[in-house]
Amino acid sequence: MNTTKELWVFAEQRDGKIAGVVQELLSEGQILAKKAGYVLAAVLPSDNGASLCQELYNFGAKKVYTIDDPKLKDYQNDYYSRAVAQLINEKKPEIVLYGATTIGRSLAPTVAVMVDAGLTADCTQLDFDVENGNLLQTRPAFGGNIMATIICPNHRPQMATVRSNVFKKTKISDTEAGEQVPYAVDLSGVRERMRRLEAVHEADNTIDLNAAQFIVSGGRGVGKPENFKIIYDLASELGAAVGASRATVDAGWISHHHQVGQTGKTVCPVVYIACGISGAIQHLAGMQSSDVIVAINKDPDAPIFDVADFGLIGDLHQIVPEFQRQIAAAKA
Amino acid sequence: MNIVVCIKQVPDSDKVTIDRETNRLNRAGVPSIINPFDENALEMALQLKDKHGGKVTVVSMGPPQAEEALRTALSHGADEAILVSDRKFGGADTWATSYTLNLAIRKLGEIDLVLFGKQAIDGDTAQVGPGVAHFLDIPTLTYARAVEVTGDTLKVTKVTEDGYEVWDVDKPCALTVVKEANQLRMPSLKKKMAAKKAEIPVWGFDELQPDENKIGLAGSPTKVNKVFAPPVKLNKEILSGEPADMVADLIKKLKERNVL
Ligand SMILES: Cc1cc2nc3c(=O)[nH]c(=O)nc-3n(C[C@H](O)[C@H](O)[C@H](O)COP(=O)(O)OP(=O)(O)OC[C@H]3O[C@@H](n4cnc5c(N)ncnc54)[C@H](O)[C@@H]3O)c2cc1C
Ligand SMILES: Cc1cc2nc3c(=O)[nH]c(=O)nc-3n(C[C@H](O)[C@H](O)[C@H](O)COP(=O)(O)OP(=O)(O)OC[C@H]3O[C@@H](n4cnc5c(N)ncnc54)[C@H](O)[C@@H]3O)c2cc1C
Repeated sequence: MNTTKELWVFAEQRDGKIAGVVQELLSEGQILAKKAGYVLAAVLPSDNGASLCQELYNFGAKKVYTIDDPKLKDYQNDYYSRAVAQLINEKKPEIVLYGATTIGRSLAPTVAVMVDAGLTADCTQLDFDVENGNLLQTRPAFGGNIMATIICPNHRPQMATVRSNVFKKTKISDTEAGEQVPYAVDLSGVRERMRRLEAVHEADNTIDLNAAQFIVSGGRGVGKPENFKIIYDLASELGAAVGASRATVDAGWISHHHQVGQTGKTVCPVVYIACGISGAIQHLAGMQSSDVIVAINKDPDAPIFDVADFGLIGDLHQIVPEFQRQIAAAKA
Repeated sequence: MNIVVCIKQVPDSDKVTIDRETNRLNRAGVPSIINPFDENALEMALQLKDKHGGKVTVVSMGPPQAEEALRTALSHGADEAILVSDRKFGGADTWATSYTLNLAIRKLGEIDLVLFGKQAIDGDTAQVGPGVAHFLDIPTLTYARAVEVTGDTLKVTKVTEDGYEVWDVDKPCALTVVKEANQLRMPSLKKKMAAKKAEIPVWGFDELQPDENKIGLAGSPTKVNKVFAPPVKLNKEILSGEPADMVADLIKKLKERNVL
């Protein structure tokens, strides 16, 4: 076993909170590192890394490289890319994984150019080829119409971004041991070319599609904005979050924070219930990896039925309220 | 303002399918379009030009037929177009694409702003914008929804997961633009006619003088190992009949699966 080679996860933090996708990447990283015989490590740029290390150990990081600097408190592409690229050039990891968040999707392609590495976007599956050390990176392209497996045979590190909710979280314990490795980067030479003036959080907290075990989603078949009430009622009975297709978001029936799909959120609940959604490839791209998919649609030929585990053919205006009543009755 | 907009010609990806037996893409007869998000980048450039004057140059790297996308952009109001095309550039991944586009943009001389779509709907990586920006050594902001000129700098609103941020960024800079930003204006008849006749220079290996190890398939760190059709669900169950019976049946089956 080669204990000097490392697999890294970029530990994205916002306002001192580690992003959920980092826990997912570390969880998948545990499996890959074991297969490869690599050490799983996290890279944490922030203004105070020590306070966040324990959480990273608990999800499998054996080592956390903390890069502390007041300039790294909030994400800024120039500072972050310099810090991460310098660490990569010095420590030469084999693999670096990033969440495909708005931060990861700017940072990773910048770093890729800086360190001469290949970068595979939005992977939905990762595997390790023990024969040659290649990371097998599988991702959808052409809006989900095809899948491609990408390799980077001649460049190290091999880098990939992965969306939230693609991998499951596996916490080992609350008291895992790990090693903090502080790393100093001199950012004084990096010219300040951009400044954040304002950060506004406007999402409605009741949604939380990312964490939801159940999601009930409405599409154009819901008919009009008022009818979303039956979707909300079923969701609240099930303790579910509410999702939506882009057609309903574009029509202004519901805010874009609810949108699921290629240009919305990727979700992976235990049960996804699609009501009056046709199943366009761009919608499927965001929910296809849900454990169980239920589709309610009056058109038996709707493509949503191709990915459904259970399909109910009929009028959602009858089925959805009936579903809610039976769940409520079962609880009573 | 001197603005460059990078546009990619893409197949209308809704209509691209994969042959489940041969794992080849069925692209025959699929129309080519300007990448939808690049239309928003173009409109952002045109609005800035309307307000502040200047020039909008569209650049596309691709096979000779990508010229068609450039002519479409001219008909919507772009002033000039450059086609970056050479057999040697073929098979480029985002790294090599970023490098090559960077050379073309440098050749254009002084610029204030480079705009990209949020992502291309075929490759779907969203990596080219930040890549080009780093090669050009200019700052980059992704997911821009609005931009305002404030003296020497730009005030940019960018979308985040749960809201938005406002940034002040030095010129020149690069932005990738989201759909919410705007809608591309209609082409005018006059511009359409002019676009048909416009001279579109083609810049290839000789014009750009690239480092041979950084272009095309050979200069690309990532390799597509295989492509295949997305998996389909087996064992699916279709229920029909009276709503009450269907729902009862569904609840029973969800319980059997231990998910309810
Ligand atoms: C670049 C790009 C990105 C995109 N990104 C996304 C994305 O992120 N997310 C997304 O969702 N879409 C996205 N789209 C749009 C996508 O292509 C579809 O247009 C959209 O998903 C359709 O929404 P829908 O299923 O609600 O509407 P429709 O396709 O109109 O389907 C409505 C469905 O409701 C059914 N129905 C109608 N009435 C009833 C009833 N009474 N009872 C039961 N069923 C009923 C109909 O049979 C039909 O199947 C994108 C498109 C593009 C080009
Ligand atoms: C199935 C498949 C999977 C792939 N996966 C990867 C991968 O994971 N990593 C990787 O590095 N490469 C990958 N590639 C190669 C990649 O698609 C090409 O490099 C492509 O030329 C640019 O990437 P994109 O389409 O993702 O563009 P994006 O980075 O999504 O494009 C963003 C913006 O950059 C501009 N732009 C992009 N391309 C051009 C162009 N040719 N001319 C002008 N402007 C442009 C446009 O403004 C566009 O909106 C893949 C290719 C295929 C066929």
